[in-house]
Amino acid sequence: MELTNLETVPGKTIVRHLGLVQGSTVRSKHAGRDLMAGLKNFVGGELKAYTDLLNESRAEAINRMVAQARAVGGNAVVNVRFSTSNIAAGAAEVMAYGTAVEVR
Amino acid sequence: MELLLQLGFVAFLLLIGWSIGGATERRHFSALAKREAELRDILVFNERRPPEGIAFRNATLVMGSVVIGEDYFKRFAAGLRSFFGGTLRMYESLMDRGRREAIVRMKEAARRQGATMVFNVRFETSSLSADAGDRSGVFSAEFIAYGTALVRR
Repeated sequence: MELTNLETVPGKTIVRHLGLVQGSTVRSKHAGRDLMAGLKNFVGGELKAYTDLLNESRAEAINRMVAQARAVGGNAVVNVRFSTSNIAAGAAEVMAYGTAVEVR
Repeated sequence: MELLLQLGFVAFLLLIGWSIGGATERRHFSALAKREAELRDILVFNERRPPEGIAFRNATLVMGSVVIGEDYFKRFAAGLRSFFGGTLRMYESLMDRGRREAIVRMKEAARRQGATMVFNVRFETSSLSADAGDRSGVFSAEFIAYGTALVRR
């Protein structure tokens, strides 16, 4: 499975266009992480726990998108985009979407 | 007496935020400058398609992300500043740090793939504070940079 945010896969030709696929996940910060981040808030800087949390979520969203692409018979996803939204206090939705295609 | 104690506590937090937060920021900026210099040979473009006529071996999605939070002093200073309006310089440096860190991490990911170019780079920023209306929430934001890393044939 090839993932790219370009409109084509360099060096290959798109032979079939299979439509939009997407994957998303909603995660909340767990209490331990939130506590450390709360302490960190006085001194600022990178909140490593949240960086990791969102990276894990994004990997999961990509996995779900890839699973959808596979289900419709694609072997690549082009024009991939990400979006994150804060849906409730302490919870974030991470989403990945793109166009599933068959390349040769 | 109680009031004095509370004021003292706030002053203590401000001092901690100002000293540790300031030192962290300066350290981060100098580390960024060094890492950016090391990664200078990886070219980053926000063009949507790579130039015709160059053959590429493979394309992979690469990304870099970071969550950065404000310190107590910045929050206090920004609160004062936004009363009068104008440029919030304490937040500008925060956004700058976050975005540069995301680019550096994306470039590091590209280097691990053996790539020398990243095309169609996009940025995204989202606020992770509890609520927009929640004054007690401390501002933190996630910065991501992503693009397609290409390895020349």
